[in-house]
Amino acid sequence: MAEVTNSTPLKVVKPKASRDDWTMRAFMVMIGAYLLIALAFPLYIMLSKSFENKDGVFIGVENYIKYFSTPALFNSIENSVTISIITMVITVTLAFIYAYALTRSCMRFKGFFKIMAMIPILVPSLLPGIGLIYMFGKQGYMKWLLFGETIYGPLGIVIAEVFFTFPHALLIIMTALSISDARLYEAATVLRAPKWKIFWTVTLPSARYGLISAAFVVFTLVITDFGVPKVIGGQYNVLAVDIYKQVIGQQNFSMGAVVSVVLLIPAIFAFFIDRQVQKKQVAQLSARAVPFEPKPDSKFDALMMSYSGFIVLIIVTILATCQFAALVKFWPYNLSLGLQHYNFDLMDGGGWDSYYNSIQMALWTAAVGTTVVFTGAYMVEKGRGFQQGRTLFQFLAMMPMAVPGMVLGLSYIFFFNNPDNPFNFIYGTMAILVVSTVTHFYTVAHLTAMTALKQMDKEFESVSQSLQQPFYKMFLKVTVPVCSPAILEIAIYLFVNAMTTVSAVVFIYSYHTQLASVAVLNMDDAGDIAPAAAMGMMIFYTNAAARLLHAVVSKYMEKKTQAWRQR
Amino acid sequence: MSANTADIRVETGNGQKPYLTASNLTKQFGNFTALSDISLEIYEGEFVCFLGPSGCGKTTLLRAIAGLDIQTFGTVTQGGEDVSSLPPSERDFGIVFQSYALFPNLTIHKNIAFGLENRKLPRADIDKRVNELLELVGLNSQADKYPAQLSGGQQQRIALARAIATNPGLLLLDEPLSALDAKVRAHLRHEIKELQRTLGVTTIMVTHDQEEALTMADRIVVMNDGVIEQVGSPLEIYRHPASAFVADFIGTMNFVPGQVNGSDTLKMGSVELKCDPEKITERGNITVAFRPENLLVQEGGKKLPNAFEAEVKYMEFMGSFFRVDLLSKQTNSDAHIKGDFSINMVRRTGVKEGDTITVSIPHDRLTVFPGVN
Repeated sequence: MAEVTNSTPLKVVKPKASRDDWTMRAFMVMIGAYLLIALAFPLYIMLSKSFENKDGVFIGVENYIKYFSTPALFNSIENSVTISIITMVITVTLAFIYAYALTRSCMRFKGFFKIMAMIPILVPSLLPGIGLIYMFGKQGYMKWLLFGETIYGPLGIVIAEVFFTFPHALLIIMTALSISDARLYEAATVLRAPKWKIFWTVTLPSARYGLISAAFVVFTLVITDFGVPKVIGGQYNVLAVDIYKQVIGQQNFSMGAVVSVVLLIPAIFAFFIDRQVQKKQVAQLSARAVPFEPKPDSKFDALMMSYSGFIVLIIVTILATCQFAALVKFWPYNLSLGLQHYNFDLMDGGGWDSYYNSIQMALWTAAVGTTVVFTGAYMVEKGRGFQQGRTLFQFLAMMPMAVPGMVLGLSYIFFFNNPDNPFNFIYGTMAILVVSTVTHFYTVAHLTAMTALKQMDKEFESVSQSLQQPFYKMFLKVTVPVCSPAILEIAIYLFVNAMTTVSAVVFIYSYHTQLASVAVLNMDDAGDIAPAAAMGMMIFYTNAAARLLHAVVSKYMEKKTQAWRQR
Repeated sequence: MSANTADIRVETGNGQKPYLTASNLTKQFGNFTALSDISLEIYEGEFVCFLGPSGCGKTTLLRAIAGLDIQTFGTVTQGGEDVSSLPPSERDFGIVFQSYALFPNLTIHKNIAFGLENRKLPRADIDKRVNELLELVGLNSQADKYPAQLSGGQQQRIALARAIATNPGLLLLDEPLSALDAKVRAHLRHEIKELQRTLGVTTIMVTHDQEEALTMADRIVVMNDGVIEQVGSPLEIYRHPASAFVADFIGTMNFVPGQVNGSDTLKMGSVELKCDPEKITERGNITVAFRPENLLVQEGGKKLPNAFEAEVKYMEFMGSFFRVDLLSKQTNSDAHIKGDFSINMVRRTGVKEGDTITVSIPHDRLTVFPGVN
């Protein structure tokens, strides 16, 4: 080594970034900037509005003092937390048994039961509320079941929320139960542990992270949900509806901002606990685990099937009630069928145009959202260097999950409706609805993309770089085709949620951009419950058709790419 | 560790200018130092193996050379040019990974053609080159299949073809054979070596498998804990390990505590061993090292030098030989000594467990390490 003269051997090598590195960073910064503008800045403005009076003068915590000295307002905190916890316990229990039936029994028609349990995802949360009113309301056909109790209030909210959150909890718990290791069961059986002991010592502990995660997801969904309590809550105030009442009813934006901040706290809290639990769940997965195969047990399988059948019956009854009520001429006096409730153009809420607007908005959300989310995830996962930038991006991408739709929507009023804002021009257009919806559902889509990208060999990029090929060639020719199932999944997820969401758009739609889900709300508000049910069912059919189309396309692609997907 | 300058005095390098140099490379991940002041020279056309246990820094060194994970300090030059801070796309190398990293949705043909595109080559030339490469790795009938339809060994050959398609000046192989089963591995070992010889491309292979390194490399760089322990030809490294670590890591080695007893004599308990005087550089307590296959058994009346008695504790049948566990009271220690006895010898002498036999170690097969291990 004589020829090496190292005068300053401790000079840190500064890696030179290639043109691709710069391009990828530019993309990431662009999408990061999008998240700042569509999420961080509006939230900040909303936060500052909560410290201002109606005229925009800073008044410190005065609004908060007023909030906490008005029982009608702060009582909602207790109400919201109470129904969220009750729903959480009921949903997680019901979903756990259902997931157990799907993963640990040999009952028949599992495919059918799996699909049927997912139905509530396809409808706006307003719809189960409407269904329950027809079943248990003042003129409900099953009113006698309540023994004089009223459905308008906590009881109705909880039932409808259980319906609404059931599939979300089911998906998480099913994943947790299906990764259990068969070897543990074999070991326990060999040690002659009785069945109940195996359940308590093997099944529950291995699914515990899934259960905790499901519990927090349900809690967050319920506490931030607006549709159910709006329709069936009666005099029972909850936080999400309070925001709506303050903003739409009383035009008190400052107090709306205060309630939003109050609502953000439990949502953020639940979010962080859930993230911690998720991390542990990943660490628990072992590559050597042997998948568990249930053995037939006719008694147990029959029991599980009757249970699942019962759950499906409830789901179908609620929906069928809505559909029936939508077709009936005048519930409950004239039960002959007709289509007059579909004359949406005669009612409040925007008519059939709102339906077409919704489809248009959902298509834009799916197209723009999928492109933005997947590109962003790719740049952050596969880019080189620029570590702080990537950490910040990850944080921004995770944030939307903790922000309730109502809060996001209200922030948008504050931020985009300001004439000094250069982005003011999107206010009142279809674009702001798409931006709001993409942002509101960003996190789950981002996580789906990240999971798919992490499964790709991390050396693909190294190989491509060593062959001196530009990153976009790798991205378009390999990454996108290989990740196409995940990309389709993101697209359908965004479409379905764009069709059903109320909370993210209820503050920012305009006369020209009314949406079907908002029409359900407004028609229900105006007392046109049957047309509201009819529109809600239209959303359901549209989403069901989209899901079906997604299944067909996925199947076709799977067949086409079978040659290289087999392993 | 002192400046870990590898001592390069090997035939291949004489008088030539090195093609690739790494000078004072250090790589830190937070507080952890993965590479510590590594310097190394590699010559044109050489096949060099980085060998060491997992976590020794061999892959980190390879990735620094490739620019995939750039070093914290130090320089890398390739072909006389300083490439220390360049991204991989601005360096000149082809790389093969343990996972093959073949693009699953592209056919074999398109995988190999991947690096040839965007270089203003006419389509026909690309196809010709791809066919040439398929011929070279003996898979010309598989061009239209997808990677998942090939066996592991075939996939790794395609990965190799893809890596050399653009005629890179440097070929990097990161544990290329580790994912394959033993038979395929042995076969492909030979094939890769042949291919490298034909093409004459400078090659660095990372491996934790000493057999791979011994059979394929022109020179082996043995690494441990982020530093280079020894650089040398396979024979040198096996015969003259520079440290107890190298001796232990490559092949099997007996380590017995002893003392220096004069200019050419060692003592191992009460056993006196003659030894080449140039090997004795220390005084006092040392460790005597020798390989099991160099332990001879005294047969008939012929007296061997450097002999001592030992009891056969256990004989392990290894297929082509016996690995014998010996305990000698004379060596005055509980150190078990391993010996490899050929099947023929065992049959001839009828050695069995419980026997006490006389064994000897030829003086030129002894290695001395300072201190007691």
